[in-house]
Parts: sequence; structure tokens; C-alpha cells
Amino acid sequence: MSASPEMQPAAQAKAPSAPAMAARSALILIVFVAVFTGLLAAAYLRTKPALEATALAEKTKLIDEVLPKTAYDNDPLKDAVQIAAVAALGLDEPSTVYRARRAGEPAAAVVEAVAADGYSGRIRLLLAIAADGTVLGVRVTEHRETPGLGDYIEPKKDKNKARPWISQFNGLSPATLSERDWRVKKDGGRFDSVAGATVTPRAVVKAVRKAALWVADNREQVFQ
Amino acid sequence: MKSDELRRIAANGVWKQNTSLVQILGLCPLLAVTTNLVNGVMLSLATILVMALSGAVIASLRAFIPHEIRIPVFILIVAALVTIVDLSFNAYLHELYLVLGIFIPLIVTNCIVLARVEAYAAKNPPLQAAADGVFMGIGMLWTLALLGGMRELIAGGTLFSGIEMVFPGVEALHLLPADYPGFLLAALPPGAFILLGCMIAWKNWVEERAAERQRRTAPAQAAASTG
Repeated sequence: MSASPEMQPAAQAKAPSAPAMAARSALILIVFVAVFTGLLAAAYLRTKPALEATALAEKTKLIDEVLPKTAYDNDPLKDAVQIAAVAALGLDEPSTVYRARRAGEPAAAVVEAVAADGYSGRIRLLLAIAADGTVLGVRVTEHRETPGLGDYIEPKKDKNKARPWISQFNGLSPATLSERDWRVKKDGGRFDSVAGATVTPRAVVKAVRKAALWVADNREQVFQ
Repeated sequence: MKSDELRRIAANGVWKQNTSLVQILGLCPLLAVTTNLVNGVMLSLATILVMALSGAVIASLRAFIPHEIRIPVFILIVAALVTIVDLSFNAYLHELYLVLGIFIPLIVTNCIVLARVEAYAAKNPPLQAAADGVFMGIGMLWTLALLGGMRELIAGGTLFSGIEMVFPGVEALHLLPADYPGFLLAALPPGAFILLGCMIAWKNWVEERAAERQRRTAPAQAAASTG
């Protein structure tokens, strides 16, 4: 890298003892840690309201994407219920279910699910599942899949704009499509995947089926 | 800052000490991200921002950082800055964050930042350090843009795919006929390695030719300039 060696500061007249040096270094390190942790905390607190506002706006937008407006006539954001961590949804923390109703009757539930076995970590999904378990819409809300390879699960990054990969689930129900067919084509099922990136879709396909089954099985509890 | 000093910093960053072709640093994000030109440019822009900031901050604080514990302090400062940039982008420039967002955390792990801080910012004034960060980033930008462009062209026959995320309404270019079968290797990390190797060879070839020409025209000067 740099050709000339680093010029050491001139040796001090009296070299301090080793413990004194160590104590001094530790103290300076603590000061730096305190200052920069303080900066981080300040930045976090300052940006928190704006972050929460954008998160809520995005949630509304996402619900609109997975659930057609014609399917319900209430405000699902207000008809929300907290559920405990559900293993079938891949969740290890409580989450919120938004309930869409039509003329008071259960129409669909918007649930969160996590596919834990993505190519690089967890893939968070938001799904609209009709009361009978039919998938109405799926969106990926968070993932760390390889940019340009596994990220086609996000319709924005999908090259197929007319019929994005994630829309394949729309209208399908685990009641009518067997588990053997509810797989990517490479595993003998009916879902497409991009060559070189099958781990990602495989994880999503599995998680969607589990979530649809869970809503159908827990209909009473979800819409009570 | 004198103009010839700025020129030297620029030449080092963009060509002589190019991070990807000479220092061979930051390969992990380079391989992961340069599947297309737009991603490569976006990662480089985010890196330029973080490198300029961290260079300036560390150069300003360099008098207070003991030599023995400089590395943990550098890491602390870089990580804090990246997190603050990440939070502020998310909160105030959300549209841009949706485009650049995934690249910003990648920069924390990028050894280019730490390498430049250690090699340059720790020994130079803030302005020069910021300029060094910017030009090192520009060197990375053209390299990643070229690599990303070649990879997407070879892999799928397109150029500027993903541009609609940055400029809505702009379409990617399809340069090869629609029946181009595609060449997946170029989109995968080994393809990036192979193409990067070709680019390094090309740079060495250009430099060798330049050195050869210089040797022929002015043998005495050539010996003096290889400092």
C-alpha cells in the first residue's frame, strides 16, 4: 500500500510503565465507545418517528399489494389482533394478524410468516390468505438473498414484470393442490424457479403452504 | 490542499492504487453485487459516501487515537458512521434508501474502508483524507461499473437492468438478440473472478506498455520515477 513506512511519534522523555499505558489505552477506548454509542443512540432516537411513519405507510401499501381492495370493506389495520409466536408460520416472536371482513363476515387474514431456510438467512413474507386457505397474494417484506440472483422473489427485482414469480401462488389452496405439487419444478412440483437460485424459491414455496394451512386450520381463532 | 496533491490523490485512487485491480480489496461485496452495472454503481456511490465521511472523521480525530488501539477505534468509528448513514437514509431519503439500502450494511464489512483509514486517513489532514476516500471510491466505481456491465451483458445480453429502480420509466437495454441463450457463469461468483482476473491482466498490460514506451524515450527519467 503506502510506500513510505509510518513515522512513529518521537519517543516520550519518560516511557510510562506498562500497566499505566494499558490503563490509558483502555480509558481512551472507553471514551471513544461512550461517545460513538451516544451518537448512535441520538441518531436512533432522532430517526425513530420518521422510521415508524414510513414503516406504517409501507405496511398499508403492502396490504394493498397482497389483498385486492374489492375483497373487503373494513379497515384491516384497525381490525388487528396480536398472536403469540406460531411455529407453523416460522415466527419466534408475537406478530400481528390483520383481518379483512366483508359485510362482517371473515374474508381474509393478512399474516406474517418467515421462511427460515433461505439462501442467506430468514425471508419474511406477508400473505393474504382467504378464510378457506386460498392464497390471495404474497409479498416478500425482508430478505438477504443474493442481489441479482435470488432476489426475483421480490416483484420489483423480478425481470418478468407481467407475471412476477411471487404471483404464482395467487388463487392456489393447499386443499386443492397436493403437497407433492406444491414444490418448485426442480423438485417435481409446479412452481417455476430460476436456474442457479432454487434454494430461495424452495424456502418461500414451503413457507407459503404452511401459512395457508395454518390459516385454514385456525380459522375460528384467527377471525373469532 | 495544493492542486498537484489533489491530482496525486486522484491518480492513486482512480488508477495507480485502484482498490479492485491493484489492492484487490473488498472482493466479497464486489462478487456479490456486480451482477449488473446499476448495482455496481450503487454500491460504489454508497462506498464513496462512507469513505469520504470516515476519512474526514478519523483524520480529524487522529491526534487523539493512540497507535496501539487504533484498529478497534477505527472499526468503532466506521461502524457507527455506517449505522448513522443507514438510519438517516432510511428516515429522510426513503426512496433512495430503497435503492441503496441493501448496499450500505455491506460497506461495514468492506475492508477497503478500514484499509484506507489505516493507510491514509490516520496520517493526513481531514480534507485530503476525504478526497482520498472519494477518489478511491471513484476508482471502485468505474471498475465495478465495467465488471457489472460485462457480467450482465455476457450473462443475459442486457445492460442497465435494474435502472428503473433509480429512474422510474427508464428501461434496460437489450443489446443481444432475444434468442441469446444466456451464459449463467458470468452471473455467478466464479464468472466475476474470471472477469476480474482479465481486467487485472489488462491493467498490467497497459502499464507495462506505458513503462516500455517511457524506457525507450527517456531511460534516465524512468529509473528516477519508480519511487
